[in-house]
Formats: sequence, C-alpha cells, structure tokens
Amino acid sequence: MNFLMKKVFYGIAFFSMQFLAQLVFAQAGVGGLPPEPATPDGLIKMVVSDVMSAVKADPEIQKGNIPRVVDLVEKKIVPYTNMTKTTQLAMGRNWNKASPEQQAQLIAEFKMLLIRTYSGALSQLRDQTIQYKPLRASPDDLDVVVRTVVLGRADPVPLDYRLEKTTNGWKVYDINIMGAWLIESYRNQFSNQINQNGVDGLIQFLRDRNKALAGPKSN
Amino acid sequence: MKKFFFVFLIAFLTACSSLPTGTERSPADPWEPFNRSIFSFNEGLDDYVLKPITEGYRFVLPKLVREGISNFFSNYRDIYTALNNLLQGNIDLAFSDLMRVMVNTIFGLGGTIDMATPAGLEKHTADFGQTFGVWGVPSGPYVVLPFFGPSSVRDTFGTAADLESDYLFSFVSNIGLRNTITGIRVVNARNNYFEAGELVEGAAIDKYSFLRDSYIQRRQYQIDKAKQGEETKPPVYENMYE
Repeated sequence: MNFLMKKVFYGIAFFSMQFLAQLVFAQAGVGGLPPEPATPDGLIKMVVSDVMSAVKADPEIQKGNIPRVVDLVEKKIVPYTNMTKTTQLAMGRNWNKASPEQQAQLIAEFKMLLIRTYSGALSQLRDQTIQYKPLRASPDDLDVVVRTVVLGRADPVPLDYRLEKTTNGWKVYDINIMGAWLIESYRNQFSNQINQNGVDGLIQFLRDRNKALAGPKSN
Repeated sequence: MKKFFFVFLIAFLTACSSLPTGTERSPADPWEPFNRSIFSFNEGLDDYVLKPITEGYRFVLPKLVREGISNFFSNYRDIYTALNNLLQGNIDLAFSDLMRVMVNTIFGLGGTIDMATPAGLEKHTADFGQTFGVWGVPSGPYVVLPFFGPSSVRDTFGTAADLESDYLFSFVSNIGLRNTITGIRVVNARNNYFEAGELVEGAAIDKYSFLRDSYIQRRQYQIDKAKQGEETKPPVYENMYE
C-alpha cells in the first residue's frame, strides 16, 4: 500500500511538473519550438522569417560555415518537414523493396544530402525579401501549396512549398524552385541508381556524396 | 561558326556515349544517347573554357560592375520579353515590361541600374519557345543543344527565333565591338547561373537526368503560368501503398 501511494504521488508530481513546464515554455517561447501558427502560410512565414533573421544575425553562417548552417536547418526547419514522406515519394515503387533499416538510412542520407546541398544557398541569404502570394486553398484542405517569390538583386525566384496536414500540424514535404518540384527531380535519379546498384548502392552513393559535400569544402 | 560545328561533330562522333547501365528510358527523352553525348561536350566546353573565363570575370570585376552589366543585358532582353508577352496574349504583362525598359533606360543609366523592380514593376521571362508553347505547340522530345544546353524540339525553334529576332546589336557597326558585346553577354549569362550551377553539382546524383527533369518541369510551369495565370497544379504522386 505504501509503495503504491508513493508511485501515485510521484506520478502526480511528475505529471504536474510536465504540465507546468509546458505552460512556462509555451508562454516564454524558450527552449522548445515557438508556438505554431494554425495556417500553412502562417507557418511558412514564421519559419522563413525566423531562418532569414538567424542567417542575417550570424556572420559565421554568412561565411559559409557548413556545420553551423546544418545546425540551423536542423533546429529551425527540419521540425516542420516530413522527410519520411519526401523520401517515400522520391523512391516511388522502390520504397517497398527496401527493408525498414534501409528505409531509415535512406531518409537520413537524403535529408543530409538536401541540407548540405542547399546550405550553400542559405548561407548566401543577404537582403532578399520574400513575397507571399495569396493562399489558394479551402480551410479544410489537407494538402496545400504555399507560393512565394524570393526578390533580390538577381531575377525573382519563385519558391513554392507543398505541405500536408498531419496530427502534429502542417509539415512541408516538397519544394518547388523555379517550376521544378524536388521530389519529381529526384525520382528518376533514385530509380536509375537502384536499377544500377540496388537500394544499398543508392544508400552508399548518398553517403559518399554527403561525405564529399561535408569534407574539404572550406568556404 | 563553321569551326564550332566541326569541333562539335568530332566530339560527337568520338564521344558517342551509351546510356549508363540500368538507366530507365524516359518517354520524354527518346534520343537520350545522342543527348548525353552533346551534354558531355557541353560539360567539357564549360569546364575547360566557359567556367574558367567566368571565374576570371568574377575575380577581376567588382560585384557592382557585374550587376550593372547584368542589369544592362537584362534590360535589353525585356524588350523581347515584352514582345513575347504580347504574342502570348498577356497584354498587361507586355505593357509592364515596356514600362520597365523605359524606366530602366531613362532613370537607370541606360539600363545598368534596375529602378523598375523596386518601383513595383516585376521582371518577367518570356521567350519564343514559351510563346510557341502557349500557342499550343507540344514540346516534342528533349534535346540537348550544343552550347545552349537543355532544350526540346519546340524550344530549339524558339531559340532560333530568339537569335534571329535579336538584331538590335547588329546596328553596332564596329565588328570587334559587336563581338566583344556578344562575348560579355555569354559570360554574363554564365555568371548569373554560377551559384545555381554549383548547387546542381552537389544536388544531382546524375547531372544529365537532373537537369533534364528540372528543365522539362520548369518549361511546362512557365507555359502553364503564361496561359492561365497562377493556376498551376502540383504533381499527383502515385499511391505507393498500392
């Protein structure tokens, strides 16, 4: 009886601490993620302005310090993405041919490839402004496209995000740069690699590419 | 020009590449072996000639000067963008492009400063290939052009029309000056693509198919956008659970 009481007591104490912590964190916006906007375009606005101000405030990133950029992306962007879905769709029919361990490896390596590849572009953000086009979606849509245009010194770059509504909120799973969707651009590449060297070959290729991108490229 | 043609022919004959093993034939690219050899030729041209020159250009000229040059040629292109928008039936865009040319030429020191974009006149891109597409001409198979790169049967005619109509510089009587202008135009174009090119190097697993698939998507996007405003739809993916 005594032991059970202790357990209940600790259970209640633990639960209340959690509850209080969430309250505190949610209000202060400290430690965890900032409170998420309910709409997909609100989410994109928040993340994009967050990332851009982080880049502008950090001279290390502007110099091209890759680990710093990767860190930024992991913290500020990845939580709002669904890399599993992105990888699944890029693999197409080959997804079911991969074992669960291979699938996990694919997701991890593809994510790293995208981060490392596009971190160069991120580190060059300077004084660009983003123009948001009006959202064309009904309130109960589960799959929307948020359209933006990046305006800067060069030609305007159309940049669209495709999001789906999950139980954890809106998540980005595809990106369209100047008319080309990311998943669409990688589908043929993945299937060709798999035809040549199998799923393991693709994983190894991605791994080697990630090592090369991480390696001697100092600024 | 003739020299160029022979270099290309020789390169093609000697480097007629076959497909890498296991490559699925894409229905949009029935001429893939041929395209891949032209692609290799273009890559060689870029690696050994164009990119080093562009790197020198970036090293020698300060950023402000490069931007001025880019703005100048961009302003010149806006004349043809206006024409193509008109041909596509986008009268309002054509008018906006003409305004851009006027504003930039008069207030932007002959086009070297872009005053129009901050004033709210957006920059558009429109070329003859796009115009033919808007008129309903299907793209035809994917084609890689020597030097110009990714194209399609329709867009090849578009590029020819672009080159043919681009005669304003031919009013420059001094041949040497005209050639210099063309040279700077080429290097300027390569420079504008520089960072994106670096990105493609890292992002692509197979550069040829990456560029091809991106090009085909982007072209269709441009044409859809010109035809129907902003009504483009995202791709529908097959359900992989089936």
